[in-house]
Amino acid sequence: MPSLRIPTPLRSYAAGQSEVTLQGETIDAVLQDLIIKYPTIQPHLFNGEGSLRPFVNLFLGEDNIKDLNGLATPLKANDRLLLIPSIAGG
Amino acid sequence: MLPILSREEILRYSRHLLIPEVGLEGQGKLKAASVLVIGTGGLGSPTALYLAAAGVGRIGLVDYDVVDDSNLQRQVIHSTSGIGMLKVESARRRLLDLNPGIQVEIYNEPFTSANAMQIAADYDILIDGTDNFPTRYLTNDLCVLLGKPNVYGSIFRFDGQVSVFDARHGPCYRCLFPEPPPPGLVPSCAEGGVLGVLPGTIGTLQATEALKLILGIGEPLIGRLLLYNALDMSFEFVKLKKNPNCKVCGPNPEVTELIDYEAFCGVPGHDHEEGTVGSGLDINANELAQRIEQGNHLTLLDVREPHELQISSLQGAVNIPLGQLAGRLSELDSADEMVVFCKSGTRSARALELLYSAGFRKMKNLRGGINAWAREVDPNLPVY
Repeated sequence: MPSLRIPTPLRSYAAGQSEVTLQGETIDAVLQDLIIKYPTIQPHLFNGEGSLRPFVNLFLGEDNIKDLNGLATPLKANDRLLLIPSIAGG
Repeated sequence: MLPILSREEILRYSRHLLIPEVGLEGQGKLKAASVLVIGTGGLGSPTALYLAAAGVGRIGLVDYDVVDDSNLQRQVIHSTSGIGMLKVESARRRLLDLNPGIQVEIYNEPFTSANAMQIAADYDILIDGTDNFPTRYLTNDLCVLLGKPNVYGSIFRFDGQVSVFDARHGPCYRCLFPEPPPPGLVPSCAEGGVLGVLPGTIGTLQATEALKLILGIGEPLIGRLLLYNALDMSFEFVKLKKNPNCKVCGPNPEVTELIDYEAFCGVPGHDHEEGTVGSGLDINANELAQRIEQGNHLTLLDVREPHELQISSLQGAVNIPLGQLAGRLSELDSADEMVVFCKSGTRSARALELLYSAGFRKMKNLRGGINAWAREVDPNLPVY
C-alpha cells in the first residue's frame, strides 16, 4: 500500500505518526483515505471547495505532483508520498 | 582582481588553503565576497559565525530585536552577558571577536519593503534566516528583482528545510509556495517551539551553500529542496521546478516591485508574542484578576497543549488545545462569559476567531496570555 510522510506540524492531526499507510490507486484516493482515517487533518490540506490548498506541496518520490498528473496521478503499491509544509521558523 | 592575503590570513586560513577546491584563489574570493544575513536568531547565528570564521570579507546583519533569555537555547551567536543588548550589536561583537579581519555591517531595523532594496543592493548573497512568512516572501521577491541568490532555511520543532533559490538559474520560493498559509494555520516557533540544535544544523547547511556559491564549487541546492528531520535523522531531497505561472519569476510577472508583505501574508513581519484580535475583545491580566476577585462567573479556557500545563496553569481553567477546539465546542456553553488564554495570546486569538464563527459572542482574549498573568498578577508563575 502507498505511504504518506506526515511533517511535524501536521502529526498531531494524524495520531502523532510520521508515516501512514493508505489505500488507493491514485493520489486523490489515497488522500480521501487519509481524511477518513484522520478527519481533523482535512482543513489543513484542502480548502472549502475540496481542492488542495495552494501552500500544500505533495511530492511523489522526488517529483512535485503538480509536475506529474496532479491528484489523478496513479500510484503503485510501494509508492511514497511526501507532504511538504510551509514553515517559517528561524 | 582578488585581494591578496596577508601573512596572518595565510596562517588563519591554512586549513582552507590546503583544500585544492579553495586554495589561495578561493580564499581571496571569500575575502572579496559579501553576504547579508537577514535575522540574527536561530538560523542567522550559526550561519554568520561560520561565514565569519571562513573569512567572508563583508557580512551584513539585519535584526531589530534585543537579546532575550529565551533566545539563548539556540541563538549561539549571543551570550548571557549580551542579554538586553541589540542583537546586531551582540552578534557583531562575537563575529569580530572570532575574526577581526572581516567587516561587519549592522542594520538595527525591521527588514521591510521600504529599506530592503537599499540594504541588500550592495551584497552578493542573501541568507534567509527570518522567522516569519512576510519577511520570507520579501526576501524572495527582493532576490528575484535584484538577481541575487537567496540561501533559504526554515525550521519548526524537529523539521528543517534548506534550498538555494536563484531565479536566474532555477525556481524561487514562490514557485514552491505561491501563497502563504492562512494566518494561524502554521504555528511559529514562539508558539510551537523548536529543538535548540535544529537551527544549528540548518544554519550550518545554509552557510555551506553560501560558501559553495562564493567559491563556485560543488552542486548548490538550486532546484532541490532538502528536508531534514532530527527525530528520524533523515535527509531527503525533492526536485523543484520553475513555475511558469510564478507571479514574481515567471515570464509574465505580476510582482515587479516589492509589495506590502504583511498584508499579503495577513500576519505581522515578526515572530513575537503579542498576538491579539483587536482591542475590543482583549482583556488584560489585571482586569481579569479583578473580575475573578469580584466573584464574576467566568469560564477560563486554556487552549495550550497539555504538556504546557506542567509549566504554568490557572486554577479552574478548562483545557482544550487549539487543535481540538473545533471538535470539542459542545463542551463549552456559549451563554457563559469566557476568557480564552494561551502562552502569549496568539493561539487564543485564533481560538476566539473559531469560537466567533461558531456563534460564541461572550468571550475575551487574555492579552499576553498566561505569561502576562505571570508578569502582572502572579509572580510565582514562571514565564516561558
